[in-house]
Amino acid sequence: MKQDTAILNRDNLYAEEEIDSKDILRILEKYARSRGGLVAILEEIQSKYGYLPETALRTVSERTGRSLVDIYGVAAFYRFFSLKPKGKHLACVCLGTACHVRGAQEVVEEFEQQLGITAGQTTEDREFTLETVNCLGACALGPVVVIDGHYFSKVERSKVKQLLDQGRKGLDKLDIEKDERIFPVDVRCPHCNQSFKDETFIIDGYPSLKANVAMDHKQGWIRMSSLYGSYNVCTEHEIPEDMIVSFICPHCDSEIPGTSTCSECEAPMMPMPVDGGGRIKICTRRGCKNRMLDLV
Amino acid sequence: MINLTINGLHVAVEKGTTLLEAARFLGFPIPTLCHMEGLSPYGACRLCMVEIGEAPRAKLVSSCTYPAEEGLKVRTTSSRVLRARRMILELLLASCPQSKTIQDLASAHGIRRQRFRQEYEDCILCGLCVRICEEQMMAKAIGFRSRGENRSIGTPFDAKSDVCRLCGACMYVCPACQLRCTYNEPEKAICGGCANLTPPCIEKEQFDDMMCYMDPCVACEIKKD
Repeated sequence: MKQDTAILNRDNLYAEEEIDSKDILRILEKYARSRGGLVAILEEIQSKYGYLPETALRTVSERTGRSLVDIYGVAAFYRFFSLKPKGKHLACVCLGTACHVRGAQEVVEEFEQQLGITAGQTTEDREFTLETVNCLGACALGPVVVIDGHYFSKVERSKVKQLLDQGRKGLDKLDIEKDERIFPVDVRCPHCNQSFKDETFIIDGYPSLKANVAMDHKQGWIRMSSLYGSYNVCTEHEIPEDMIVSFICPHCDSEIPGTSTCSECEAPMMPMPVDGGGRIKICTRRGCKNRMLDLV
Repeated sequence: MINLTINGLHVAVEKGTTLLEAARFLGFPIPTLCHMEGLSPYGACRLCMVEIGEAPRAKLVSSCTYPAEEGLKVRTTSSRVLRARRMILELLLASCPQSKTIQDLASAHGIRRQRFRQEYEDCILCGLCVRICEEQMMAKAIGFRSRGENRSIGTPFDAKSDVCRLCGACMYVCPACQLRCTYNEPEKAICGGCANLTPPCIEKEQFDDMMCYMDPCVACEIKKD
């Protein structure tokens, strides 16, 4: 059984010796046809490792025939690229004019004190990287702090510790109680009209939706989060990424047919009635997050 | 052919000629630091500044990168040009006071004092070494790194380069470090003459304080005696 989450996985922290040149070759393969795309290659490497390892840049240089000097020059030029390993969480303090006059400098100092590093550095346990930025364009809300892509406004010195604790816990975990875009739906089989709800298996704090899936002569159960907006699933057998599966009702054992094609990946979309009227269509391709809800 | 006026003199030059080449061909001296024949023009040092056009729309451009245009009026030594050049030299002198080339140029332009905070850089980021390494030595061992005030020239990751052949061309062309002897960094040393003498011509501790240049080399001077 594999617990799967749609949460951005920032736990992939690689040390220099763990870098697999095969991964880098795979990335290079994608861009082999075009001569441009150095920035795209570097972006992809950085998104995989969190930074640009020296060995990776050397491989890129060998494979693309570009000199290492040019590649290093590009990597060192853009602030987005980092040549040093970064922490699991990124805390970014705005030091723009508006934030500055409202005391952003103090906030930075507090962050530095709490983490024991100076701006631009990463803590020894590689939990946090502290950065400053010159303007985030949210000047009315200053001082602004961004932690892992989540914005915090009017940050004061006293709030810093709390923010760091929140960051450590993981801000990307969905706050189900408070988020209005997320609500539970109960889905039924289009044939026998029986509910998929499974009270015995809880995902995201709500009963999950149970169905059977068939792929490659194998059949097994899948339990999906009943929350619209959450993509958390558990499966009996691991389903490879990008595979299209067919769904089978656990009550009447009939296959649920795909009636339309997914607008994003062209796999069949499977319609199911939703309790309270309307229907939901979900894409049958593993990894595709296309969902459509028509409420009547 | 393109007709233009340089310091009131009507001249015709071939298409593609830069203002610097045209002026030098006519014998008007224009000081440069980052220009070298055989290397692509770069326009980094701004010393070759000339004034083009007519007042009030006259403007300063770097002559090494500006191609000759039909009917262009160029002044190579107007008071505005000289003022700009002196300012640039003063700034260069403030950042790289050790450079003999810059000292000589400053002296020739009548600079007797320097109003800016003294720094002791050994690079003016003119890019000559980067260009000679790439264009003449076909090595591409060094390049620009980072940007803004952190911009520097060197090898990637500051590691010894695989493609560098220790030809020394970068040091040869440099107007700021001018064949600085690298005896104190033996792994980078090109000549090592002074270190191989018995007894060595200078002690390492002293060396760091000495402004040792490879031409003339102290060791070579000793040998002659």
